[in-house]
Amino acid sequence: MSREFNLVVDRITCDGRGLCAELLPELIRLDDWGYPILRPGPLPEHLLPLAQRVVEDCPVLAIALRRTERRK
Amino acid sequence: MSNSLLWYTTRGAGAVSMILLSTVVILGILSTQRLQSPGWPRFLTTGLHRNLALMTLVFLVLHIVTAVVDPFTNLGWAAALIPFSSYYRTLWLGLGVISFELLLAIVFTSLLRGYLGHRVWRAIHWLTYAAWPVGVLHGLGTGTDTWAAWMLAITGACVAGVGIAIVMRLTSGATDPLAPSRTAFRSAVDRREAR
Repeated sequence: MSREFNLVVDRITCDGRGLCAELLPELIRLDDWGYPILRPGPLPEHLLPLAQRVVEDCPVLAIALRRTERRK
Repeated sequence: MSNSLLWYTTRGAGAVSMILLSTVVILGILSTQRLQSPGWPRFLTTGLHRNLALMTLVFLVLHIVTAVVDPFTNLGWAAALIPFSSYYRTLWLGLGVISFELLLAIVFTSLLRGYLGHRVWRAIHWLTYAAWPVGVLHGLGTGTDTWAAWMLAITGACVAGVGIAIVMRLTSGATDPLAPSRTAFRSAVDRREAR
């Protein structure tokens, strides 16, 4: 068993403020209207602290970190 | 510690608190305006907003503690915690207490924002528009240095800065490029759920 983390955007709540893409450009880019596009796949371990900052700093709390257990 | 040192600290920390708080309010308003440039990313506005807010609390605690422990003022802790309970300048000190306690609530709920949810947090955060002017009034009413030219300049700059930011916020309109479509979508969802 190993832990895996994913970032999940609540598309209804998201206001397109763009902080997430500034803080985590490795995984998040913005579309033409300023809404985030996430790179699919699990979150690399070394980006976890930045991802937590993204979750805390989102002005409308529209992005969350999900943990999934995965059998190897 | 000499009494005059405590008293000067009270006055200095009061002035610094007002400058910091005004800066925090301005940054908070700017963060709703989506201002950004290559040299000033948006997370800088919100990060400064949060850290300076925490620093404001530190200076407010210094301001209050030095005022209370100063043996010359003889205020007592009740005067620092219960609004309008001070024998000395009851109204002005009471305003200071109210402003401080509102700010405590605002910062505390911000630290718990993830648990409270966005709506509750935001409703409480609007209290800043009460806490800031009440705090400035407290300074104008009872500040030892209020009418000194340098302090008038500081107060004037703080009021002007926050005033300009508020006017900017009120006149800038919706900052979300998709605001109309989103409102339409939300009301459609609400209608569907009501059925």
